[in-house]
Amino acid sequence: MTVNELKTALSLETLVEGDGTRDVTTGYCGDLLSWVMSRADAGCAWITVMGNINAVAVCALAEISCLILADNAVLDEAARARAESEELPILRSDRNIYELAVALSRLLPS
Amino acid sequence: MNIQLHYTVSADDFTRAGEASGAVKAKLKQLGFRPDVIRKVAIAMYEGEINMVIHAGGGVADVDIEADRVVVVLTDQGPGIPDIEKAMQEGYSTASETVRNLGFGAGMGLPNIKKYTDDLIIDTEIGKGTRITMTVLV
Repeated sequence: MTVNELKTALSLETLVEGDGTRDVTTGYCGDLLSWVMSRADAGCAWITVMGNINAVAVCALAEISCLILADNAVLDEAARARAESEELPILRSDRNIYELAVALSRLLPS
Repeated sequence: MNIQLHYTVSADDFTRAGEASGAVKAKLKQLGFRPDVIRKVAIAMYEGEINMVIHAGGGVADVDIEADRVVVVLTDQGPGIPDIEKAMQEGYSTASETVRNLGFGAGMGLPNIKKYTDDLIIDTEIGKGTRITMTVLV
């Protein structure tokens, strides 16, 4: 499914529009950047509370399709600017990481 | 094909770390390298950049792009790595609390570089600095 479809299905808030036509094939949860970079699959939706510029850099380098901030975590301004230039969609929810992951897994083919 | 690129990685500037690896990624994409090769180079180089920012007060990156390989050499004048064996273990970290709060310092830097490269050479001298040569074969 595309990022736009996922956004609608999970009722996520849009912080950065980005390229919503990107495909999402799987998910990943975690907040340690190196850990995420080494283990997240390309094309995943990454659910985290890390809303800093380095998280955006990780998305770009590891070909992550979109960043989903859980627990209404804060996106800082530098991160927002970088995401806009990278066309990285950043979405947000008041649900926690676990709840979002469960909801995402129901949407994606197993 | 032989393209050489050179970047300076600033000290203690986490907001800019990733610019060099991002630029190399874009260049490789433009040159038509395979996505898996680009991903390996980008991740390994970013980890190296972050290491130089965290531990060494920045440094320089030299990238040599050839048709069959990409070689990234990161050179710093930092404190050197006292125990490479430990530094290569996943989860071993000497990063500060501030650095950890940014999401780094998971002790995955060098292990990730090893994982994503076909060859890794670490030359380090205490008090002098470190040079990391990473090669990704195409």
